[in-house]
Amino acid sequence: MLGEGIIKGMAETARNFLGSYVSEDRLTTVQYPEERLPQNEAARNFPFLVFDGKDPHIGLRCVACQICEKECPPQCIYIVKSKDKKPDYIGKPQFYPSVFDIDTSVCMSCQICVEVCPFEAIKMDTEYELSTSDRFGELLLNKDKLAKSNEYYQKIHPTEAAEVDERLAAEKAKAEAKAKAEAEAKAKAAALPKPTVPIPAAVPAGAK
Amino acid sequence: MSLDQIFVFLKQVVVGWMPLQCQPLVSAILSVAAIIGVFASLFAITTVLERKGLGRIQNRYGPNRVGPYGILQPAADGIKALIKEDLVPRAADKFVHFIAPLVLVAPVFLALAVVPVGRNMVAIDMDGGVLFFFAVGAATELAVFMAGWSSRNKYSLLGAMRAIAQMISYEVPLILSAVTVVMMVGSLSTVKIVEAQAGYTGWLPDWYVFTPWGFAGFILFMIAAMAESNRSPFDLPEGESEIIAGYYIEYSGFKFALFFLGEYIGMFAVSGLGITLFLGGWHAPFEFLTWVPSYIWFFGKLLALIAGFIWVRGTLPRLRMDQLMNFAWKFMLPMALINLFAAGVWHFMPPGVVRWAVCAGLVFGPYALLGRTLFENKNITKRVYRYAE
Repeated sequence: MLGEGIIKGMAETARNFLGSYVSEDRLTTVQYPEERLPQNEAARNFPFLVFDGKDPHIGLRCVACQICEKECPPQCIYIVKSKDKKPDYIGKPQFYPSVFDIDTSVCMSCQICVEVCPFEAIKMDTEYELSTSDRFGELLLNKDKLAKSNEYYQKIHPTEAAEVDERLAAEKAKAEAKAKAEAEAKAKAAALPKPTVPIPAAVPAGAK
Repeated sequence: MSLDQIFVFLKQVVVGWMPLQCQPLVSAILSVAAIIGVFASLFAITTVLERKGLGRIQNRYGPNRVGPYGILQPAADGIKALIKEDLVPRAADKFVHFIAPLVLVAPVFLALAVVPVGRNMVAIDMDGGVLFFFAVGAATELAVFMAGWSSRNKYSLLGAMRAIAQMISYEVPLILSAVTVVMMVGSLSTVKIVEAQAGYTGWLPDWYVFTPWGFAGFILFMIAAMAESNRSPFDLPEGESEIIAGYYIEYSGFKFALFFLGEYIGMFAVSGLGITLFLGGWHAPFEFLTWVPSYIWFFGKLLALIAGFIWVRGTLPRLRMDQLMNFAWKFMLPMALINLFAAGVWHFMPPGVVRWAVCAGLVFGPYALLGRTLFENKNITKRVYRYAE
């Protein structure tokens, strides 16, 4: 019979209309500023710089190698390498970025900077409430705004951060073992009596 | 003086203060001001209720931020529309582009002048009220085409063409279904039509919707009214997903708000006429409720019909152009003509069960037959692509 389908559809929408007043779990809407959906672990939007420990300057993992700057497709990263060096997490003296800017209005969240970083220094953030009233100053994030602690990284991406920490710890242990071996070798070498090398006589002039 | 006649009485008092020469003018201005004020605020309320209702149909809240439960949303929308930039395309016909929204809004308000909203509450009691209503109602088509043409935009022109095709096609069943009532009452005056539905038979009121031809006429009238007011599922002229917004596309700010207003007022006007013709106008549905003021009954019925409009909008998807035309010419028009015949039979048969059965059969038989032959005989199979696979 003509019109049956329409009546069925009308009944369905009426059920939705009345049901939304009766059962709360029909409503899929999240009342955004008051409540938020939990973030997905794989969520990402803009990169940030990871630092270890308490002080963002001392603990910053970035060594200003500028690979991310070169790889960034929309060219939103700007780095100035420092003149002096500071020790990295192993204790090796390294350069650090004296300026590190990311223009979030240009960034396209591709994560290539993260993929290419050999020092696990740049990671993707999940923060999405970045709107501001100043579109030039506030959207250009500088080093202070980008630096976020390793604890924060572990909080937003627990699985990924655990892997990174494991890798870094292994590298550190390896470096320490190597340093220890070197030190031992040096100590051994120091302990050995100095071989008596005969002081060569004056080379005759003209004899190469 | 009763509560029912309080507005009529107040108007008489105000008019009485005026000198004799000014009295007709003051009386007209008061009626017009009341119509514009009441229906414009009803428009504001309807927009927010519609958005909330559609939200609930789709299992979400709808607007709930501006004011308690979002009821101040129309105020925010109005301010937004007013302060938006008023854009006119460089290639547009500027004068026609400017005048089109006004040409749309003026006739729909004019149409409300003949709709009786309560006992003794009609702006003009015209002998040809129904005729006047359809005459000014048809003027909106001109405004729509003016808007579409003057914008110099292919989408708006397409939208305007669709609107013209649709409105003219559906005007035919709209008027033919209204003609049944005019035939029965023997008058084109809306006030006389309401008076003819005054009595009660048993516990049922003598509304025309409770007769076989009246019921069919009411359904046909409301479907055609939905198409006339460009509401979903007949919103092809707008068709956001296909032609962006049709003839609205080059309108912004207050001109767009005027179009929006015109569309809603048109919906109220045609629903008001539907109430007048089939739902007994301002009469109470039960005899023991006649003490409730008549205008409350009218606006209650109007809100109920608007709720129906919103419900249908939340349920049905948009028709395709060929479906729209097939429905108008192959179903609506034959049904309206058959209904006209059924009304004639009703008029000449003696009252009783036999008359009921004959008329119901006359309406229902062709309905079932048409439905079967037109819509259910299609061999719909999986589409086969010859080359694109």
